Amino acid sequence: MADVNLTVDGKKVTAPAGTLLIEACKSVGIEVPSFCYYPNLSLQGACRMCLVKIEKMPKLQTACTTVVSEGMIVTSNSDEVKQARKSMIEMLLGNHPLDCPVCDAGGECELQDMTFSYGAAESKFMEAKNHKDEQQWSPVVFFDRPRCILCYRCVRVCGEGMDVWALGVQNRGVSSLIAPNKEDHLECEECGMCIDICPVGALTSGAYRYKTRPWEMTHVGTVCTHCGDGCKTTLGVRRSDTGMEIVRGDNRDKSGTNGDFLCIKGRYAFDFANHKERVTQPLIRKNGKLTPSSWEEAFELVGKKFAQVRDKDGGSAIGVIGSTRTTNEEAYLLSKFARVVLKTNNVDHHRTADFPTLAASLRGKPDLTASMADVFNASAMLLIGNDPTEQHPLLAWQIRNNVRLHRARLYVVNSAPIKLRRQATSFMQIAAGAERKLASFLAGDDGALGAIASDARAGQPPAQDGPMGPSPHGSAAREQWIALREKLRGEQNLVIIFGSEIRGNDIASLVKWGSAMPGARFICLSDYANSRGAADMGLYPDLLPGYHPVPGASEFHREWGVPETAGLDLAGMVEAGKSGKLKALYVVGSNPVGRLNIDPFAFSNSFVVVQDMFLTETAVMADVVLPAANAYEKGGTMTNTCGDVQLVKKAGEVSGTKSDFEMMVRIADAMGFEVRKLVPFGGGTRADMGQSRGAQSGEADRHAVWLEMQGLEPKLSPLDPMAILDEIQRLVPGYDISRANLLAGNSEHTSMTKTGPGAAHKAESIQPAHDTLFTSGTLGRYSHTLKSVIESHEVKPAEVAAD
Amino acid sequence: MKFSEEFETRFAEMVPHYPTKRSALVPTLLYAQDEIGFLSDEVIAEIASRLDLTELEVRNVISYYSMLTTKPRGKFNVQVCTNISCMVRGGEELLQHCAKKLGIGHKQTTPDGLFTLEEVECIGACSWAPAAQVNYDFHENLTAEKMDRILDEYRKTGTQ
Repeated sequence: MADVNLTVDGKKVTAPAGTLLIEACKSVGIEVPSFCYYPNLSLQGACRMCLVKIEKMPKLQTACTTVVSEGMIVTSNSDEVKQARKSMIEMLLGNHPLDCPVCDAGGECELQDMTFSYGAAESKFMEAKNHKDEQQWSPVVFFDRPRCILCYRCVRVCGEGMDVWALGVQNRGVSSLIAPNKEDHLECEECGMCIDICPVGALTSGAYRYKTRPWEMTHVGTVCTHCGDGCKTTLGVRRSDTGMEIVRGDNRDKSGTNGDFLCIKGRYAFDFANHKERVTQPLIRKNGKLTPSSWEEAFELVGKKFAQVRDKDGGSAIGVIGSTRTTNEEAYLLSKFARVVLKTNNVDHHRTADFPTLAASLRGKPDLTASMADVFNASAMLLIGNDPTEQHPLLAWQIRNNVRLHRARLYVVNSAPIKLRRQATSFMQIAAGAERKLASFLAGDDGALGAIASDARAGQPPAQDGPMGPSPHGSAAREQWIALREKLRGEQNLVIIFGSEIRGNDIASLVKWGSAMPGARFICLSDYANSRGAADMGLYPDLLPGYHPVPGASEFHREWGVPETAGLDLAGMVEAGKSGKLKALYVVGSNPVGRLNIDPFAFSNSFVVVQDMFLTETAVMADVVLPAANAYEKGGTMTNTCGDVQLVKKAGEVSGTKSDFEMMVRIADAMGFEVRKLVPFGGGTRADMGQSRGAQSGEADRHAVWLEMQGLEPKLSPLDPMAILDEIQRLVPGYDISRANLLAGNSEHTSMTKTGPGAAHKAESIQPAHDTLFTSGTLGRYSHTLKSVIESHEVKPAEVAAD
Repeated sequence: MKFSEEFETRFAEMVPHYPTKRSALVPTLLYAQDEIGFLSDEVIAEIASRLDLTELEVRNVISYYSMLTTKPRGKFNVQVCTNISCMVRGGEELLQHCAKKLGIGHKQTTPDGLFTLEEVECIGACSWAPAAQVNYDFHENLTAEKMDRILDEYRKTGTQ
């Protein structure tokens, strides 16, 4: 749009036509205070804090609702404006309790800050304040009515942003108040966005309230450990008797792709880390019982046993099950440890998406994967399968807000009336299982119409939460499907998002169809925080990192030395366990017995080592349990489902645990392996470690920052994940990303252009996690908050039974 | 939930006049209240689903307007104005008088369900103050005696 010239406080300002005055002021460094204005939400004009003087206009105007116009002359700092702000604050404080010393928001409260900057020192109001008791609206949301300043941010973010519409404003004038949708409680997605966006302490978090003060915490922005979307969550940590305790998760650091967004899991479900059942001592089975032992004893035993089995029965008698929640460095190290130290290709993990086929289909093509950020800016989106509102909350947020703010078109094909249909340009319901045929139909095969256009809704209950699209039969349905295909063909820059309903050849045909369309890009949805990383790092029996097949001649074959034949997958390992061929099993951060319905006695005759936080169904049958640190307690990188790599930073610490990375290195060492061959550390890099630091302090630190950005900092120990990141960046296709950008806290998108040829896998090898908003694999049940929310959402039977 | 045919005709005629469905909310609520007497949970749910709104949104609007109510009222809603013109011409005394006569206070209903009393802001009858409104009928230049006669008249019609 054309630019408009205006003057603010004597400064010349140029802004595109249509810009709001408050934003134009911000762009030249002039702060116009406001409470109710929030970027990307509808305009409210409720708080009157942003009043400014505009020449030729009779009264003060709200800068948040005024659009800039040519020649406008604005004053934001005159006595009149200052007096207006003072009066506004005086009014807001009229009934606002002065309980800042105990209020959760004290120290990070916008009303406090505004009073400090713009408020008057005294008040004309002498009346006693009208107190109302706080209310609990859900396990995680508390409401303190007198603190509310009625900015309506919570109402708007819940409705417009989340499409939940659980908050409203009741009554009017002085008796206005924020009200939940179910009279005295909330029925909602429990995302807690209302709490984060509240400028004061009116809405507070059940998980955090009255626990500490904001300035007593250190804030660490890291990647959420739950679903595969890769939101950045800011963990507030405080020193405790067992290390560093995570006391709060929120959205303070808005530098992630998720911007303002976090779901319940990213915000509250860090509490598994503080669970009382956490294992904090190595356990060794002695006389049939898991008995606490020292780390030295445990590593020595594991090292001795692993080496024995390897040397006597060969590496193929050892199985390795990796994790979907460990870092890329750990997944890579495990992949390498299995091949190089244990000499086995029996490596697998809980697969929730068919990335090998995606890699095979995209190989050699230009970069055709979309990042999470791309979803927000795409002009059109096609969503096949999955229910992002439940399983990929950030993806759902990106889709919803792209439709709302950019008028993007959303096409949904699903076997259930998922909530995102409310934003869809077109919603087509399809029989469960028929999603597979969609690609061939889209590619022009009308023979597939019979399967996809059959009545999908037969026998299904009607949708509860909104109007349904038409339920076409026969020829009407065929016409609608053909119309959809025509519309899709006309889309440019389409982002094609598909769930685990699409696997194997169906991915190949979908990519074949999509890659012929201009600008189309793909997102394949997997379920856990680092499912993508586990796949990229080669936690497969037949694939090495970068989807290089085991029989082959990749860099890994040259540098690592890889056992020649493909190994056993999970099912194969179970069989080998039962027949007694599998003598040892190494499980790193995974619970196959609990999650994948594996016979718990399959490995009774194997020597089983489990690294985990808790005594899971898998850990209880182990011979050695090594207490692991979780993703919030270590550093490294993770890759989200779209292929965006982000830095994982250490926030919490529980003494008595070790990172999986350290444990692998220690086991290799105990096996007598030269760890330098496993982790390339201390490779001759010489650096100024501060010896030359002159009078100017910080010089060495600046050296360090630069070296770190270039990946040149000295890796002084084999426990440094960055040493493995060097190797990943050097060897894994697509991971040659900007280290500087990564370390700056941004996400870096990887490409699948140059991967290895991948491999075809059985469709059954993929087992979706079926997590909802309130569950999270094995972790979920150790989160007190998730548990209490699930309990509160269960419909309780009436106290008296009907006769 | 069933409304009368008259309501349905009005509703069907009215909705297309607005650019969006939700704009028809206030008149719909008013018609429904005239018919049912108050806005019950059932009425709220029905209107919300007809206009694609959440029940919360409907409740928010109801709570904003003092003329809409979610509680049953008496057959005759006696609204006495005590705003400036009426106040200086004896509106407050008139309200006191009504309260004494009917034995109820502001927003209360007589046990026989005939009368509800309400103190209201300006009803636009300043030239004939003090004024009161009973349902949709105006009564002006009121005195205690005049008010007694009016209330008796209503009692008569109400008990017939």
